[in-house]
Amino acid sequence: MEVEEAEAEVESNRDNVEVAPALISVHPDQTSVAVAVGPDLRVFDLLSGCAASLVDECGAPFHKDSIRAIRYGSGGKLFVSAGDDKTVKIWSTESWRCVCTVSSEKRVSAVAISEDGCHVCFADKFGVVWVVDVAGSDRKATPLLSHYCSIIPSLAFSPDGRFIVSADRDFKIRVTNFPKNPLSGAHEIQSFCLAHTEFVSCLAFVHARECPEGLLVSGSGDSTVRLWDISSGALLDTCEVAAKAGLLESNGEAEEHSHAVTDLCTTLNGSLIAVAIQSLQGIVLLSCDVSAQTLSFSKVVSIAGEAFVPTSLGFSPGEGKLWMVTGVSSLPACNYPPLARVRVISGIDVEQEPVVVRDDDIPGGERLLETLQGSASVDESAFLAAAEAVKTAMCNLLIKKQYPADNRESRKKTRNDRKLKN
Amino acid sequence: MPETEVKATISKSTGLPRKRFYRARAHSNPLSDSHFPVPISPSQFDYSLHYPQIFPSSDQVDGSRKVQFADIGCGFGGLLISLSTLFPETLMIGMELRDKVTEYVKERILSLRVTNPGQYQNVSVVRTNSMKYIPNYFEKTQLTKMFFLFPDPHFKEKNHRRRVISPFLLDEYAYVLKPGGVIYTITDVEELGDWMKSCLENHPMFEALTEKELEADPVVKLLSSATEEGQKVARNGGQTFQAVCRRIVPSDQTS
Repeated sequence: MEVEEAEAEVESNRDNVEVAPALISVHPDQTSVAVAVGPDLRVFDLLSGCAASLVDECGAPFHKDSIRAIRYGSGGKLFVSAGDDKTVKIWSTESWRCVCTVSSEKRVSAVAISEDGCHVCFADKFGVVWVVDVAGSDRKATPLLSHYCSIIPSLAFSPDGRFIVSADRDFKIRVTNFPKNPLSGAHEIQSFCLAHTEFVSCLAFVHARECPEGLLVSGSGDSTVRLWDISSGALLDTCEVAAKAGLLESNGEAEEHSHAVTDLCTTLNGSLIAVAIQSLQGIVLLSCDVSAQTLSFSKVVSIAGEAFVPTSLGFSPGEGKLWMVTGVSSLPACNYPPLARVRVISGIDVEQEPVVVRDDDIPGGERLLETLQGSASVDESAFLAAAEAVKTAMCNLLIKKQYPADNRESRKKTRNDRKLKN
Repeated sequence: MPETEVKATISKSTGLPRKRFYRARAHSNPLSDSHFPVPISPSQFDYSLHYPQIFPSSDQVDGSRKVQFADIGCGFGGLLISLSTLFPETLMIGMELRDKVTEYVKERILSLRVTNPGQYQNVSVVRTNSMKYIPNYFEKTQLTKMFFLFPDPHFKEKNHRRRVISPFLLDEYAYVLKPGGVIYTITDVEELGDWMKSCLENHPMFEALTEKELEADPVVKLLSSATEEGQKVARNGGQTFQAVCRRIVPSDQTS
């Protein structure tokens, strides 16, 4: 009995913490910044210095449930948002009009836009990646490839547009040739990148002149960032970021999975990679030597003065600014509205010393903060609770539930096919 | 005490494990989360554990010699046992999701190795979910033959994604198969036979073998005769439906 009660408790805790982290994305020409928190999509136009007004024929709210993925296309013309409401919205970044709304059968976990801007791909919770022809007359989603029933937290196109890379919670990264006619499926797998020992949470590419397909970097629940050659799937280097950032020493008896890598982003020349780790109040900078194909720890940039654990990162290449957001769609057991806090680090450069920008000096100033955070000042006390909720939600989503042996037996007793017999 | 228990599961006359001690459910859900160990990558698959006579220690593993045949859902291992002597130089492995059945095959191979010294050293079995973990066991183009004999039919349409032959999974099978490698499927369920045939023939990286090629292939005859399921079908006078296809390089695949 006790076992069952304890189990029921665990289950109910799980239900409570299904929350979505706040996300951020920066236009490649830094003309705008987008933040998604819960179902809210907020875009700030940096050129005019005011909030962009989004227009959708389907009416507001644009998304009816938490947004799980946002992304600008590398050309900067398109922006995509998608999430738990099973819709994918493709926006024009000029008019901020919703170009089309695609419905998905399942919740959407990741999005990517092809290098030429012609195709939008998204992954659903069953591990199927779908493709939409943006220019086509029939903008329906067609299945492209599938990871067998494994959640895909991240999707990315290689810089030369030849490959689509998908990462899953079964520790796998799959590199697939992106065909000329993707509507008939992507059948040719180039490689699998295998070495992570936990779910793979994020992917990014380092551009390299000598290899057009770029070098892949991936972050994982195993607290490492790894560098890959995607044409062979070979592991080039591994950086134990949590250990390097000193997180393991200070917290010797840390619970498992407490230092999962949540997001990473590369600077345009790829020499520096910013990494967000659960429990780290700040970011880790790694430097990548493209010709030697190595990753090395550079420094930790701490955010002094407030408990800021970034949930998502974005980079504006021209200005060398790293945009960060922390926040959560809702806090379990309290009545908080969606919470978001935006910070910027400037001087992301090998030569310079990075500086955490004060709120007064942030591009767009107070109006930007009002737009993206919902208000210029935010209640700081909720940040840590938010970071904790995001962490629990991520673990529940991506880590397989482990039941002790006797617990498993009691679960078997309640299996549906056994019920019929009794 | 435990020693006699172990022995009770082995038949005194043949030295082989007795099936009634390894009864298992006929089906297993391939979608459920797995709690058995899986190698992180093919290089971590320990050949010395599976083929101890060929690879005496894990440091001496000869990188050039790798598993070439995979029997997916090998059941009680009938096909593997027949193939082992037909291709004594080829390493082959059975993959089975049901743990008791895997235990039976493991015991069966061990007893055969004892009673036939020098033989059956090239076969082994592993408990795994091949629908999820194929790339963890085999490298690109490593396999020359894959077998899918009498798979679970999953009749309901909502369960079709549990079928071991499906358009998406064929992408992964094409990845591990060498061009020219062959995929063998057989079933006694006509509906599933049609499904497997159409999945394979509609896939750009597979092409059906011709009648002549089928006749010349000694393995084709084993599909219905070597496995326990196949023998059961034959006993009951049932019909079987097979599809045998070759992994090809599609012509538009230039990049």
